[in-house]
Amino acid sequence: MYNKVVMDHFRNPRNVGVIENPDGVGEVGNPLCGDMMTIYLKIDNENIDDIKFQTFGCGSAIAVSSMLTEIAKGKSLDEAKKITNKDVAKALEGLPKNKLHCSNLGADALQMAIKDYEDRKAGKKRPELIRIDKHEHSHGEQCYCPYCDIELEGSTTFCNACQSSLEEEH
Amino acid sequence: MKIINLDHISSKPLLPEVKAAMIEAINKDHHNPSSQHKSGEVAAEALVQARGSVAELINAALPKEVVFNSGGTESVNHAIKGVAMANAEKGKHIVTSNIEHNAVIRSLRRLKSMGYKVTSVSVNEKGRVNPQEVAEAITDETILVSIMHSNNETGTIQPIEEIGAITREKKVIFHTDAVDSVGVVPIDVQKMGVDLLSFAANNFYGPTGVGGLYIRRGSRIFPLIDGGVQEGNKRAGTENLLGIIGTGVAADITRRNLDQWYNHYKALTNKLLNDLPEYISDYIINTHPEHSLPNMVSMSVQYIEGESVMLMLDDDNIAVSTRSACATGSLRASHVLISLGLSHADAQGTLVLSFGKDNTEEDVTAFLIALKNVVTTLRNISPLYQKAAQG
Repeated sequence: MYNKVVMDHFRNPRNVGVIENPDGVGEVGNPLCGDMMTIYLKIDNENIDDIKFQTFGCGSAIAVSSMLTEIAKGKSLDEAKKITNKDVAKALEGLPKNKLHCSNLGADALQMAIKDYEDRKAGKKRPELIRIDKHEHSHGEQCYCPYCDIELEGSTTFCNACQSSLEEEH
Repeated sequence: MKIINLDHISSKPLLPEVKAAMIEAINKDHHNPSSQHKSGEVAAEALVQARGSVAELINAALPKEVVFNSGGTESVNHAIKGVAMANAEKGKHIVTSNIEHNAVIRSLRRLKSMGYKVTSVSVNEKGRVNPQEVAEAITDETILVSIMHSNNETGTIQPIEEIGAITREKKVIFHTDAVDSVGVVPIDVQKMGVDLLSFAANNFYGPTGVGGLYIRRGSRIFPLIDGGVQEGNKRAGTENLLGIIGTGVAADITRRNLDQWYNHYKALTNKLLNDLPEYISDYIINTHPEHSLPNMVSMSVQYIEGESVMLMLDDDNIAVSTRSACATGSLRASHVLISLGLSHADAQGTLVLSFGKDNTEEDVTAFLIALKNVVTTLRNISPLYQKAAQG
């Protein structure tokens, strides 16, 4: 199901763990499947000096977290802000279509951690960690029908192509 | 490389006797069983024999009450849509439960879009339907009750006999999806009071792509597939003779070994449940302690996700099944587990273990050792575990 790069990052995830006294923390949850990811940053001279992650999720979510931290480590904040979900998925040499949403978690958590750092620096009261509570599309990521793999429009709950309801029904 | 197979709910391997019978059948160059010449009659005789074997396995009163088809999903579709079409003039109401297999859910969804009404009764926190609620859901318009015999995600067995008594009294057709039960627990369609029962051969060590629907004589049901008059005019199309011959042999051997296998399964399940606390903590057992398939344990390991567990155990050559949303095509938490009151996060960590006749106690121990390592690794990655540990 997964390619070799994804399986390597899943089996040997890089940068797992917690940074004590971090300069920024980002935590996102995926409401679609319940996955959760936390990113910790250590910033030195506006550079990502160290980055660690913790993830509750599938093989894809863990591989995405690992690859994201590899990409972001050592980058300036300006460079890191440009990292998108697509970059992570590309570096992993592709994810199964119905797992692409897992890559949303990674970049979102990173951007949230950077925002947290900037807010702290600006002396803003540190906001409560935010969980995304609805299925949002960020960074232009496409969603695909889990049944027929066709691209879906926006936040639809019905696939016109295969006439499948995308919500559990009882 | 030895693989420890703890995923027998998805399919059970072919018995050696089944393989031999199917190979022999290939070499016999069977003709079409519907043909009236000598070659056709030989084929028809093989079909009769297999039908008798399956009828005996489920204690059908007559062999012709067994209708062969392509498997469990077709059986369920036939039962639900066939009864709905044949009884539409009487009423358009169907009663089911909210833990059914997708074959049932989606067949009913199709009927709903055609104007049928469906009442879905819920299960208690142990995963069982209350027969009284089924009785209360039945109206004058009700034409069918469809409640599964055992659940494919938890192994929990429903009070089918009690529900059968109700449907008999109210004269409503009763279908049970027994795909995961036939060949694992004793099944007696007469005692259970069911009119229709779905089964699949690969769940009793027969071939995939073969199954059938038990149809009590006199039940009002249309065929799902129209054409010739095969299978007592209830399922058109030339029979899958090779598969059916294998199914008959599997049914014979299963019937003779059912008690012995049952005890073997139960011993393995007991060992797993008894030893589990020595290896991991923080898990929920979803399988009913008393009313359940003897070979199955569904457990939700907290703070980690099931697909990750499954992939890591696969690296250790241990095959298990997971009900994590991530591992299913729909990417949604299992409706069965949510019905039990599990949180989405706990449902994510659900493993379904199902034993086969060739599993050993050593397999259980090897699994537990591997599981402990995998759980430790994944909990070290999980933000939820850390939070829980911090209280």
